[in-house]
Amino acid sequence: MATQLAKQNWSGKISTLTIGATKEQGGTRAHAVEIGGEESLPFLFPEGAIPNKPRIAFEIWDVPPKDWTEELVRHYGKVFLDPLEWAQMCVKDYKAELLCLRLQGAHPDCADRSADKEAQLVGRLLKEVDVPLIICGCADDTKDNLVLPAVCEAAKAERCLIGSASQDNYKTLVASVMADGHNIIAESPIDINIAKQLNILISDMGLHLERIAINPTIGALGYGLEYAYSIMERSRLAALSGDKTVASPFICFVGQEAWRAKEAREFGPQQGIIWEAVTATALIQAGADLLVMRHPEAVKKVDRYIEELFRR
Amino acid sequence: MFIIGELINGMYQNIARAIKDKDSSAIQKCVKAQVAAGADALDVNCGPASKEPLADIQWLVRCIEEVTDKVLVLDSSKPAVIEAGLKSAKNKVVINSTTADPEKLEALIPLAKQYHAGLIGLAISSGGIPQNKDQRLELAAAIVSACVDNGFPVEELYLDPIVLPVNVAQAQMCDILESIKEFKIISEPAPKTIIGLSNVSQGVPPASSRNLINRTFLVMALAFGLDAAILDPTDRQLLEAMISAELLLNKHIYCDSYLQAYRRK
Repeated sequence: MATQLAKQNWSGKISTLTIGATKEQGGTRAHAVEIGGEESLPFLFPEGAIPNKPRIAFEIWDVPPKDWTEELVRHYGKVFLDPLEWAQMCVKDYKAELLCLRLQGAHPDCADRSADKEAQLVGRLLKEVDVPLIICGCADDTKDNLVLPAVCEAAKAERCLIGSASQDNYKTLVASVMADGHNIIAESPIDINIAKQLNILISDMGLHLERIAINPTIGALGYGLEYAYSIMERSRLAALSGDKTVASPFICFVGQEAWRAKEAREFGPQQGIIWEAVTATALIQAGADLLVMRHPEAVKKVDRYIEELFRR
Repeated sequence: MFIIGELINGMYQNIARAIKDKDSSAIQKCVKAQVAAGADALDVNCGPASKEPLADIQWLVRCIEEVTDKVLVLDSSKPAVIEAGLKSAKNKVVINSTTADPEKLEALIPLAKQYHAGLIGLAISSGGIPQNKDQRLELAAAIVSACVDNGFPVEELYLDPIVLPVNVAQAQMCDILESIKEFKIISEPAPKTIIGLSNVSQGVPPASSRNLINRTFLVMALAFGLDAAILDPTDRQLLEAMISAELLLNKHIYCDSYLQAYRRK
C-alpha cells in the first residue's frame, strides 16, 4: 500500500519584506528584492506557498577589514580601500543583486568616522550602484545612534534594510527608519523570547511588523549552528501557527560567522569556502530568507543549491 | 483555545429586549465588544422568551453577520431552530448542540454535514445528567460512533462533558476534568473538547466569586487539554488567566509582553 504523506495545514504566514525602491516606487534602484511570504516550513512545497527564494547579499565595508583571511583578501584586497569599487566588483563581476554595507569605520576603536562622512559614503554608493542596500552600523550603540539616523536620511525613500535594533537600543533607529521609509533589522542573541519581545517593542512605536527582518544571531558550522537552527525552527513553527509577532523573515550574517571559524581560516582556501557554503545551506533549511556572505565561490555554491531546491 | 462569546443570548434581559424590539444596533454593539475582547466565535441563542425562535434566530444571524465574519455557534435545543439559522448563515457555523440521544443525532448530524458545520455533542441523554466519568465517556463514545457511522468528520465534533455548578456537584469536578482528557483518546483523529464555562459558578452569590471560580476552572480545564469554551470574553481577568495558562502549557512563545503579544495574533 502506498504511504500517504500527512500534510500540515498552517494558519499563519511569514510577512513579505521588500528591500529597495525603484523609480516608480520613489527610489532609484534598478530592482527591488522581496523576501519572506512563506506559508509552510522550508521547501515543503505541497503544504503551502513559498513565493520567494532565499536571497544572498555581498558584504562590503567602509574601511579595509583588518581580520579578513588571506583567501578573502585575495579576492577583495585591491578594492578594500575604495568601498565604491568594492561594490562595483560585487555587482559587475559577481552579479550581486543585493549589497550589505557595514559601517565598521564609524566605531570609536576603528576609524571613528563621523556621521556626516558615513552618510556621504552612502549617498555616493547609491549613485554608484543600483542594487538595493542593507546597511549595518558598527555595533557601538552610542555611535550607531549618531551615524544611522544620518545614513537613513541620506538614503531616504530607497527602502533600505537598516540595522541593527536590539532590546536595549532600538528607539533611535526605529524613529529614523520610520521617518525615511526603510526597513529594520531586529537583532536578538539566539534568544527567541527576546526576538519576540523586540518585535513587539518596535511595532509599539508604530513601525509595522511587516517592515522587520529578524537577525536571530547565528553560529557557524561547529560553533552553535544547531542552536541557531532550532531557534529559527521554533520561531517558524509559532509564526506558521498564527503568531504574527515572530512572523518576520530571517537575515543571517553567514560570512562573518563562518570566516571566524578556525577550520575556515587555517585549512586552506577551499575549506573556508565550504565552511561558509555549508553554514548557509543549513540555515536555508532552517528558514533563512536573506544571507549576508563574503566569498564569491561560496555564494556561487549556495546559489546553485537554492536553484536546485526550487527546481520541481 | 477557541473562544466562543456567550453574550448573545435571550436569557440576558438586554438581548431579549433587543430581539423583541428588533434593535440591531444593540446586538451589533454586543458582537463588536466580544470580538474586540478576543472572541473567535459567537454563541447565538434567542432565549426562552422568544415567541418566534425560527424568525428570531435568522434575524440575529443577519444582524451579526453585518459586523463580523467570525464563526456563529447556533444555540438551541430545537433542531428546527438550528436549521433556520443554518439556512440564513453565510459565516462558518457550529451547531450547539446534540445530546447522545439517537433522535437528536439523527436530526443534527445530517444537518451539520449538509451545511459543513461543526457540531457540539453534550455528554448527556434523556436518561439524565451523567453522575461520573464513566457515564460521560459512554455518552461521548456514542456520539463519536454516530458521527463516524454517518461520515461526519470527528475533528469537527466538540464534546462537552457537561459542567455542573460547584455548589451542586462539587464531588464531580475532578471527573469532569478527567473526562476532557479522556474524550481526546476516544478516536483518531481526536474530537475537540468544549465546556460551557459559566455553569461551574451558576448560583454562587457574589459576582466576584463567580468570576474567580470561572477563571480557576478554565485554567484547570486547559491543563487537561481543553480546546474550546463558551464564556464571557469581556471578562478581562478571565482571558488573561487563559492566556497565561496557555503560555505555561507551551502553546505560545514566552516574551515579557506576552499578554499584548497574544492580542496581536
